[in-house]
Amino acid sequence: MSVLVIAEHDNASIKGATLNTVTAAAACGGDVHVLVAGHNAGGAAQAAAQIAGVTKVIHADAAGLEHGLAENVAAQVLAIAGNYSHILFPATAGGKNVAPRVAAKLDVAQISDITKVVSADTFERPIYAGNAIATVQSGDATKVITVRTTGFDAAAATGGSAAVETTAAAADAGKSSYVGSEIAKSDRPELTAAKIIVSGGRALGSKEKFDEVITPLADKLGAAIGASRAAVDAGYAPNDLQVGQTGKIVAPQLYIAAGISGAIQHLAGMKDSKVIVAINKDPEAPIFSVADYGLEADLFTAVPELVKAL
Amino acid sequence: MKILVPVKRVVDYNVKVRVKSDNTGVDIANVKMSMNPFDEIAVEEAVRLKEKGLVTEVIAVSCGVAQCQETLRTAMAIGADRAILVETPADLDLQPLAVAKLLKALVDKEQPSLVILGKQAIDDDANQTGQMLAALADLPQATFASKVVLAADKVSVTREIDGGLETLSLSLPAVITTDLRLNEPRYVTLPNIMKAKKKQLDTVKPEDLGVDVAPRLKTLKVAEPAKRGAGVKVADVAALVEKLKNEAKVI
Repeated sequence: MSVLVIAEHDNASIKGATLNTVTAAAACGGDVHVLVAGHNAGGAAQAAAQIAGVTKVIHADAAGLEHGLAENVAAQVLAIAGNYSHILFPATAGGKNVAPRVAAKLDVAQISDITKVVSADTFERPIYAGNAIATVQSGDATKVITVRTTGFDAAAATGGSAAVETTAAAADAGKSSYVGSEIAKSDRPELTAAKIIVSGGRALGSKEKFDEVITPLADKLGAAIGASRAAVDAGYAPNDLQVGQTGKIVAPQLYIAAGISGAIQHLAGMKDSKVIVAINKDPEAPIFSVADYGLEADLFTAVPELVKAL
Repeated sequence: MKILVPVKRVVDYNVKVRVKSDNTGVDIANVKMSMNPFDEIAVEEAVRLKEKGLVTEVIAVSCGVAQCQETLRTAMAIGADRAILVETPADLDLQPLAVAKLLKALVDKEQPSLVILGKQAIDDDANQTGQMLAALADLPQATFASKVVLAADKVSVTREIDGGLETLSLSLPAVITTDLRLNEPRYVTLPNIMKAKKKQLDTVKPEDLGVDVAPRLKTLKVAEPAKRGAGVKVADVAALVEKLKNEAKVI
């Protein structure tokens, strides 16, 4: 049996999360096929064919698949699901939206956010905001899985030469429609893929201060900007920058937390970072318990000093 | 129009759980339990829709042990009109697929126009039940909602997606799961807690609904996550830069 990866893409290109999912798929054993379901998504299908380790790309193209509506994408996956022992989605907003729908239709349990493939039917996944790691075994015929991208290395985006096969597109379910979207513009590296992340918390005090203090440091380091929930809820940063249990899960080489106390929910999103730096006035802040380097200082003086010193 | 709101009793979000020494699970004996935070947001949204006159009845549902009654009473204190407990044995590992099937049976029975769930429970962190219910009941879904606008036969939902926001329009009936920024749940007041004690709470068993709730996933082991090595405090910015450059070599 083969393993199917559902590609995350924007119709023109493949998103990075797909590459990590391909690595997890290869660990499950068998040939790795990638489904590109979209509209005018020939570019994305070609890009998927280049991924090292992929043996076949299945391309379904229809207007109803353009925006990744769960009803239509799930129907598309179900149309070919019978050929696969494992169906893997990246644990992104898109993957989490569709995977359980597919699993329920197949009458199988879905396994969320795996961080390790122990064997073809056994997987590790974090529970309780990452405070425990569960090893779970599935007895279902088809394993429907979402993959925590930071748990797996990215497969090489080039070097593969898979055949692209076109499949009939599933009919539009007609129960939902896409109205519009507001995508935050950013020239920075994508948060979940960044090597360095500079994150700000409630201590910044205002949106102006957040931008004034955090941005220069991120610019200097070529880093992505993240935020704690408190900073997002207070309006200092847009919500797609939130790092934590309910936001993005990141694991960069360097994570700098400025003015973040380090609540359980925030730590769940960043404690797999290679090196963690905490800058905080409060010596008792829980963030210091996970930080490799802690600096007890006022961030309004320490961060600009740090920018100058780099 | 009727709204069904499933709520889950979970370990309070402020509690730092401990893994049992025999690695069979986390120790939740004598730990504070509360309503899952995302479910509070779901109840709040349903009650607000009722207060706007768009909805006639809000039904709270919980699946699990007898103590889930407390969670349902909380939902009724926020403003739910009545509640249903699907009572399952304490030793049962109740998983999202089973809950989705139980909810599907209740949806068939109660015929709500809208089901609002939390996007994930903070214990199993699965983020599956709403989507699974939508699939089983063959309803459209809008997950991770940060804004809900209800009309007579349609609901418009703004969703939090990875790059920003997206708006969908769903035909009713539909399933919505809530994200953090949908609303700020109200505090329950003492008079409302008292009133909630008088509201109707029905108890049913999975067998009554004809649902097999046997777990599909077997948990082999629950372990502590790998500990990070102890860090050091640095005296000043210069020392920090020196460490990052020469010791960690990350910049």
